[in-house]
Amino acid sequence: MFTRRQALLGAAAATVLAGALPKLASAAPVTEAEIAALPREKVVLVKPPFVHAHEQVATSGPKVVEFTMPIEEKKVVIDDEGTEFQAMTFNGSMPGPMMVVHEGDYVELTLINPYTNTMPHNIDFHAATGALGGGALTLINPGEQVKLRFKATRTGTFVYHCAPEGAMIPWHVVSGMSGTIMVLPRDGLKNEKGEALRYDKIFYIGENDFYVPRDEEGNYKTYESHGESYADTVQVMRGLIPTHVVFNGAKGSLTGDNAMKSKVGETVLIVHSQANRDTRPHLIGGHGDYVWEEGKFANPPAKDLETWFIRGGSAGAALYTFLQPGIYAYVNHNLIEAVELGATAHFMVEGEWRDDLMKQVAAPGPITTN
Amino acid sequence: MHINMLEAAVGAVASLAVPLAAVGLAHLPPRAPLLPMAETVGIAATVIDYPLPGEFLVEGRPATAPSAKVEIPAFRIMKRQVGLADYDLCVAEGACRPADARPSPRDVPVIGVSWLDAQAFAKWYSRGTGARWRLPTALEAAVAAGERFGGETFTAQADDPANPAVRWLRRYREEAAAKRPPDPEPKPFGHYGPNSMGIEDFGGNVWEWTSTCYERVTLAGDRKTAVSSTENCGVHVLEGRHRAYMSNFVRDGKSGGCAVGTPPENLGFRLVRDDADFPSVAWLDARLRGLFRQPSSQF
Ligand SMILES: [Cu+2]
Repeated sequence: MFTRRQALLGAAAATVLAGALPKLASAAPVTEAEIAALPREKVVLVKPPFVHAHEQVATSGPKVVEFTMPIEEKKVVIDDEGTEFQAMTFNGSMPGPMMVVHEGDYVELTLINPYTNTMPHNIDFHAATGALGGGALTLINPGEQVKLRFKATRTGTFVYHCAPEGAMIPWHVVSGMSGTIMVLPRDGLKNEKGEALRYDKIFYIGENDFYVPRDEEGNYKTYESHGESYADTVQVMRGLIPTHVVFNGAKGSLTGDNAMKSKVGETVLIVHSQANRDTRPHLIGGHGDYVWEEGKFANPPAKDLETWFIRGGSAGAALYTFLQPGIYAYVNHNLIEAVELGATAHFMVEGEWRDDLMKQVAAPGPITTN
Repeated sequence: MHINMLEAAVGAVASLAVPLAAVGLAHLPPRAPLLPMAETVGIAATVIDYPLPGEFLVEGRPATAPSAKVEIPAFRIMKRQVGLADYDLCVAEGACRPADARPSPRDVPVIGVSWLDAQAFAKWYSRGTGARWRLPTALEAAVAAGERFGGETFTAQADDPANPAVRWLRRYREEAAAKRPPDPEPKPFGHYGPNSMGIEDFGGNVWEWTSTCYERVTLAGDRKTAVSSTENCGVHVLEGRHRAYMSNFVRDGKSGGCAVGTPPENLGFRLVRDDADFPSVAWLDARLRGLFRQPSSQF
């Protein structure tokens, strides 16, 4: 039996589904010859929190965008106590660099696993369709490279990460192997009314949860190789309590000389990516004017958020125009993680102070008794 | 990024709760042999031009700490910081709480100790040696540090009265520029060498607790005369490479309310020995407080 209510719901769902389905995905497959005829662009990736130059509104039709990423296994320092960590990285950075394309573009990635590495690696793009996000087609041993092409059919900020197999998957991810790709609508970002939104600057923050084993005296252990660190690290991982929660690979990596810089009146897009664990970014003293919590631009942005929620295994984006100068802390608002475990970044914002927005009406002094 | 009032309030509560350890002293069995007396250095009476500790406001805006010429009577201070081995004797007798940091080489200053721990040790050490030991005032610490006195590294001055952010940004930049790689490993005595007065290791990686309370002072337009002041003895001054203010219970320099870029690596202390012919600490405190003659709110 088919109730009237079910019929209505079914119809509504079908409508929603049809509306949500990207035009390009539902269109007939494009032939290899047609793809070969598309213009190609080679992009050089840059180190986070910066993002390679890109158009916000595409000025031409779809193209094939070429990226190259070597994988680098290396020892890094992850905190101010000098804790050494056996990291695995895309392109040498944690997070891996951000790639930006437009909906309908083809992403063509050359992934390189140099001889100097010790493990097989691959890449799973949450933005891609099929083959475990590309993971099944990209597993390469040290000394190999592979080229993958996928069509960017859905807009938004998406995580990519290494996903070799079994127990290696979480270990490679919490060793640093994750990054973000942003697929912009061809006509750029829009608010809930469909009006254009633009940013003057983009900052890209990747949050890492690290699980560093300790010795009997409670000091962090260092290991000569990834292999030696594995068994102890998995034990800590299984406790699910990170020893470090940091932005961009190390405690304090986006503070001091490396603090992000902006100006009053400038609009910034902050992309926040977490491949493994939930987090809740918050800009202390500011807001999220427009926030795509799930990071998917087909959905209207939420407005005026105080804190936004990034699900583990996703990337979100927040647009904000600075109104007041000063030092802003950008934190994971689990403040224990922000302060004790390291998830704090800073913005230095220059410009004119607005007393109407905030003023210290009376300076601190003795309590008046009358 | 200064000490906030919440922290100060917590400090005040903690200061009520913790000295119970010291109360336990009364139950200790009487001890026959006296502890050996730590080596001290005598400092002659002197007058120094001293940047006063605390926060200062003029017309409601942060101002540079004023300097004052202060007369310091002679005193004797430990040549070395209190050592881990000595501190652990106090712990063994139940009069001190174990320090947070317990490095395996023992010939090092005790670190990972709070102001309350330092007080408890001074009390125990006084009993054990039959002399009167106490923390130095911030003034005494400054004199004893001599050429190694750090004081205030950065000016608190508001740069633009209409825009508080100018000062915040300037300060942030200065702090970033002054940042150095942390080196928290405790060093053996003498590692940083003596100063011109023969006092060892001042200005190394151990910041030293003093008996001087944090104070917030509103100055008149002359930037010298106090209009009002609020003293908070839940927070004390530490001297080292730069001046720091920490709640009494804090044992880890990184968690305390340090105003400058690189927080103190370690918190420790050394003591002053009051001999009969030297003035009492009460006298000294009165001298320091006389600089702003104003009733202060006591914790
Ligand atoms: Cu991998």
